Amino acid sequence: MRILVIEDDIDTAAYLVKGLKEYGHNVDVAHDGRDGFFMALDQSYEALVVDRMLPGMDGLSIIRAIRTAGNQTPSLILSALGEVDARVEGLRAGGDDYLVKPFAFSELFARLEAIVRRNLTTTEQITNLTVGELEMDLLSHEVKRNHQTIDLQPREFRLLEFLMRNSGQVVTRTMLLENVWDYNFDPQTNVIDVHISRLRSKIDKQFGFPMLHTVRGSGYVLRDEH
Amino acid sequence: MSFATSTKLFKSSTFRLALLYMALFSVSVLLLLGFIYWSTAGYMVRQTEATIEAEITGLAERYNLSGLSGLSKVINERLARQNRGTALYLLTDSELRPIIGNLKQWPKEQPSEQGWISSEIDLGPPGEVEQHQTLVRTFHLRGDFHLLVGRDVHDLEKIQDLIRGALFWGLLITLALALAGGAMISRAMMHRIETINFTCLQIMAGDLAQRIPRTGGDDDFDRLVDMLNRMLEQIEELMLGVKQVTNNIAHDLRTPLTRLRRRLDILRENGNARGGDVELLDQAIGEADGLLTTFKALLRISEVESGIRRGGFKDVDMTVLLQDLAELYTPLCEEKEQAFVMEGALSRPIIGDRDLLFQAFANILDNAIKYTPASGSIRLRMHDQPDQLKIVICDSGPGIPIANREKIFERFFRLETSRSSPGNGLGLSLVAAIVNLHHGRIDLTDNRPGLNLAVTLPRHPEPLKERLV
Repeated sequence: MRILVIEDDIDTAAYLVKGLKEYGHNVDVAHDGRDGFFMALDQSYEALVVDRMLPGMDGLSIIRAIRTAGNQTPSLILSALGEVDARVEGLRAGGDDYLVKPFAFSELFARLEAIVRRNLTTTEQITNLTVGELEMDLLSHEVKRNHQTIDLQPREFRLLEFLMRNSGQVVTRTMLLENVWDYNFDPQTNVIDVHISRLRSKIDKQFGFPMLHTVRGSGYVLRDEH
Repeated sequence: MSFATSTKLFKSSTFRLALLYMALFSVSVLLLLGFIYWSTAGYMVRQTEATIEAEITGLAERYNLSGLSGLSKVINERLARQNRGTALYLLTDSELRPIIGNLKQWPKEQPSEQGWISSEIDLGPPGEVEQHQTLVRTFHLRGDFHLLVGRDVHDLEKIQDLIRGALFWGLLITLALALAGGAMISRAMMHRIETINFTCLQIMAGDLAQRIPRTGGDDDFDRLVDMLNRMLEQIEELMLGVKQVTNNIAHDLRTPLTRLRRRLDILRENGNARGGDVELLDQAIGEADGLLTTFKALLRISEVESGIRRGGFKDVDMTVLLQDLAELYTPLCEEKEQAFVMEGALSRPIIGDRDLLFQAFANILDNAIKYTPASGSIRLRMHDQPDQLKIVICDSGPGIPIANREKIFERFFRLETSRSSPGNGLGLSLVAAIVNLHHGRIDLTDNRPGLNLAVTLPRHPEPLKERLV
């Protein structure tokens, strides 16, 4: 994947480049807003990581400008703590997701993969999701594993839907809280774990092998191990 | 003007000064008016007394010179000169039977040593009764006759009443004017002081960039304002300096910490570590995560305390928010076999930050679940009040000793009894910061057993006006 990192802080940029390269991605860096804007427009990247505060041109303006130019490259906005209502503003400007510094690299990577994936799948209208032997009908809200119907509560359904849409990739607890519960907050305890274990007991328990895995220190992944 | 504002006005120092001035002014006016009264009404009485005195002396002399007939003649002449006048005469024999005069009878009152009588006498025409205030002097003539000379002071009394009334109203009007003037001046003063108070409150609420406006008159108030503004400037600079240092530390710590975390991750993922080492690595990763979390929580609290998030306040439906919260946490309660009950509903939304409010109540509920023993109970009640709403969370846990109820909101404070359980001692600090941001209040009481935590949130977080009134 070709990724452009627009970040004026040398340390953060280097940290991001190093991490992304370790996962086998090609990474370009721009330390200036204006340079970043032209690079994002001229070359085809599969994802952008854009810092909000930049010299030359700020991150939100870059995204707004490339969107106006018809460029839909998935973008993740980075921001320092304390910027008012940054999240909503960032998403309104056309960003796909938003992350507050300081962040763990695993969080950034999971989010980056999620928005790239979402960008690939949103082009067509999906009515059902399939991961291995797990099937989900988004219209009738029916879930089956190995052709056996599974009863899910509405929230469990949304949880599974999010995991299925991001199958094979790690989703973090904060990503789940944001996307399934629609609240941006840090739980003190792993309240999410309880929901996951409930879901797990429904979709994994009576079946041959587990599909929902915990990734230590990062989050969860739904995977077809077959 | 509301009742509260008027009490405030009456309490203001300028108003008290005006009141004192008013009192002094009233005393002066009272003295002045008293003098005017004495020199007008008093003069008229003295004048009448002198006339009566002179007349009676003259009549007595006439009696001495020309006897009873001479005296009668003079009295008759004088009575004839005035048809129904104010001069009163009466000459009686030794038995006080009238001989001549315009009085029906000799007054019953006992005269003073000088012979003066001040009383109401019937002065009506024959057959009618008309009581008039009079001032008369009696005189004992040789030959055991009694002479009386006096004046009908009815009109004089009326004039005196008029003067007294005028003086009374004059004093009253003076007082009213002084009071109104004092109130006006105090209000003008108070307005300027309130402007300073308002700015101070805004600054205390986190807006360090606020300055007190000048009125432009370059008077002593403006000089005070200049001085205060210069002081505020210095405070802001100092605060910015502290923030800068904190941010630098934050930045300098965060980066190596995340790097450390990442490297530990790589080590673990490489798979070269043997059994015991994996566990050690996991523990190290856990510690690093804990540090990062603590760090993030600290930055978050500072962010909330700075008041900057107020810019993003919107309508928040607390009923929905708390239902979502309950839905998120109910499985956790069920796992600990705790009974979780939610009661009540709220009619209208409040203005606030949805994510922060969720965070605050999540932290409170989280604590309740953490410290309530298995098979205990947790209740969440919502109360609608006119201008605010109250959300009470009570549990059946160990509660918090009274001595520690204030301290639990301090950063890193943890009860001795809970040191062993996980947590960084920042959860309730964040709650306090968030509730403060919304200008709410937290009250802790005993639930016997357990803790009763009540959060009161105003519907419209407009503390400044409210606190100023």
